[in-house]
Amino acid sequence: MSPSVPIAIERLRYRVGDLPILNGVDITVTSPGITAIIGANGAGKSVLLRLIDGLLVPTSGTIRIGASAGSRPGTAFVFQRPGMVRASVAANVSLALAPLGLDAGERRERVRAALDHVGLGDRAGAPATRLSGGEQQRLALARAWARKPDLLLLDEPTANLDPASAQAIEELVASMARAGTKVVLVSHNLGQVMRLAEDVVVLADGLAVEHGPARSLLSSPRSPQARAYLAGELPWTSFAAHS
Amino acid sequence: MFQTLQDTLSRIAALDPEVIAIAGLSLRVSLSAVGLATLVGVPLGGLVAVASFRGRRAVVGLLNAAMGLPPVVIGLVLYLLLSRSGPFGGLGLLFTPSAMIAAQTILVVPLIAALTRQIVADAEDHLGEQLRSLGLGRVRRAAILIFDTRFSLVTAILAAFGRAISEIGAVLVVGGNIDGYTRTMTTAISLETQKGDLPLALALGIVLIAIVVAVSAVASLLRSYAMRAYG
Repeated sequence: MSPSVPIAIERLRYRVGDLPILNGVDITVTSPGITAIIGANGAGKSVLLRLIDGLLVPTSGTIRIGASAGSRPGTAFVFQRPGMVRASVAANVSLALAPLGLDAGERRERVRAALDHVGLGDRAGAPATRLSGGEQQRLALARAWARKPDLLLLDEPTANLDPASAQAIEELVASMARAGTKVVLVSHNLGQVMRLAEDVVVLADGLAVEHGPARSLLSSPRSPQARAYLAGELPWTSFAAHS
Repeated sequence: MFQTLQDTLSRIAALDPEVIAIAGLSLRVSLSAVGLATLVGVPLGGLVAVASFRGRRAVVGLLNAAMGLPPVVIGLVLYLLLSRSGPFGGLGLLFTPSAMIAAQTILVVPLIAALTRQIVADAEDHLGEQLRSLGLGRVRRAAILIFDTRFSLVTAILAAFGRAISEIGAVLVVGGNIDGYTRTMTTAISLETQKGDLPLALALGIVLIAIVVAVSAVASLLRSYAMRAYG
């Protein structure tokens, strides 16, 4: 396994106008494998992933990825709804390699290898938009895999997928983690988190309220917010109970 | 009325050389103008859709407003530029098909650019974040989104062709309606109606409509075929 990609997030704040989304998130992840981020809807999980990827700019605070400052490792992002260009399956992988400056031969080889890896090798010439939801998500993973990222960000990659497709995605994510890619996964599926993640971060009220090994955190959370979330309490009902 | 229609149909059936020549010039001018305008308008619209810069809102407003530019005003401005005393008078383009192509290009560039911007902006809502996460720059993102929306852009280009081939003001002013040289279908229809040669005017009108319908039908067929093939 390759060395892990440490992630250090300090006092991270993000606001949209007057609306605070993240209120000073502090997270340090040094372990390899898969880190899951869980929390209720609106907790800021997806925003946090976008901030890590650089798609959004923090209002304040810092995000450091990789061992040394200034050397940003390669990242790849797989969204809940993968966007596919109206072109072939292979072309959709190939366009993800465009910024890497590879020669045509290596680009072709990476596309082929990535599609074989996700089991879409025989669909290379098919229109990507005609694939099923599960196949499109596998294609999105192939697109990420082809870039050989150090850090893979996944935003609810199996939401809206049937169990078989979700299982295929989980196996692919696990294989990428085993191959040395650091994975940060946002998921509402606690079974999936239990199956895949080494450690878990719980976001609530725009803060990282708890971070620890998956098994112990999911079985005996320490923070009241994590306990409430894992017990299935709705944030507004717990808010009402406190007020 | 019946006699006029009969004369019209017989002129079309006989492939009247005058009708063919006028239709040919109209097609040459409008297709050239739309081709040039596509080369300019599509990338322009795509870049405006993905770019963020100061004054972008004003540029979008300007593009949308320019879709409604009166052809005769474009003709007049171009006339002033190309006339002997104008800055480009030395090129000797006034009253030539080239001047007509230039006028129609100017007429339809905003139409193609504005419609492209809207179509690409809609696609950007769906794909933009994905493309940004891949680290693709603006020009590459615009190119990919233009490629992604190519079937919808056909409609924008068809609209531009319809506007170009059916306009009369710009080509009349800069072309001069010279018989056998710069006479297009619209200028000829206007002239022949005034002269009272209604069969020729009607024949040209029918050919004009037939061309617009045929171009639209062929483009729609190609679009449907391509969409079936590429999703």
